[in-house]
Amino acid sequence: MAISVDTPEVSRDLCKKAGYTYTFLSDAKAEIIRRYDLLHPGAGADGQDIARPAEFLLDSSGVIRWVNLTEDFRVRARPEQIIQEARVLK
Amino acid sequence: MNQRRWNWNLWAGFLLCLVGFASYFFVFARFPTTRDVPWINFLLFGTGGAFLFRGLKRAFGQPQQYRGKIAGPILGTLGLLVVGGFCFGVFYQSRKLPPSTGAPGVGQKAPEFVLPDTNNDPVSLTGLLSSPLSDTKAPPKGVLLVFYRGYW
Repeated sequence: MAISVDTPEVSRDLCKKAGYTYTFLSDAKAEIIRRYDLLHPGAGADGQDIARPAEFLLDSSGVIRWVNLTEDFRVRARPEQIIQEARVLK
Repeated sequence: MNQRRWNWNLWAGFLLCLVGFASYFFVFARFPTTRDVPWINFLLFGTGGAFLFRGLKRAFGQPQQYRGKIAGPILGTLGLLVVGGFCFGVFYQSRKLPPSTGAPGVGQKAPEFVLPDTNNDPVSLTGLLSSPLSDTKAPPKGVLLVFYRGYW
């Protein structure tokens, strides 16, 4: 699932353009982003508060099994990495 | 009459620096291998720098044959600014991230949430973890949450 401060309409356009099929959620007021302590104040293009990139892999009971807090927002986890971590989940 | 030649090295060097800069954003940032470490861009900057250096050598070393005593230093400085700006963005700006020390860690339960999806329908984390998937008819073995900066 992808979560950002983008509104549902912006994410819908992005999904249509890029062909994404997974769920995109909108956290427009950054409440959940704050709850997960991922807020990056003023880092948006117009100075808005956005999320810093992060990935959390949860198992079927909602417990976090793997976290990736990027040190550099250009460098993200590769899909192969995540798939490997996901294989461990039952 | 003294026919001094056009100092093309200066212009080629500067152009390479510009291309090195712009190509990252338009082309190479799309692929992890060239985005994580922008080695192609550094190659372009290096080649551009070599041309600029050659051009400056000709402009000042052989002023009777080559032009560029004014254009040379200007283009050289601009080229340095472009490369400097790129390095600043790539080595400093993209690393300026909050520490996020309060983020939930491995072994902890992920905080619950309810957020609207692209159709404005509410989606809850508990709901996702318990709803059967369309293909396996069983609840998912896991969920991946990807927080991203946004598309703007």
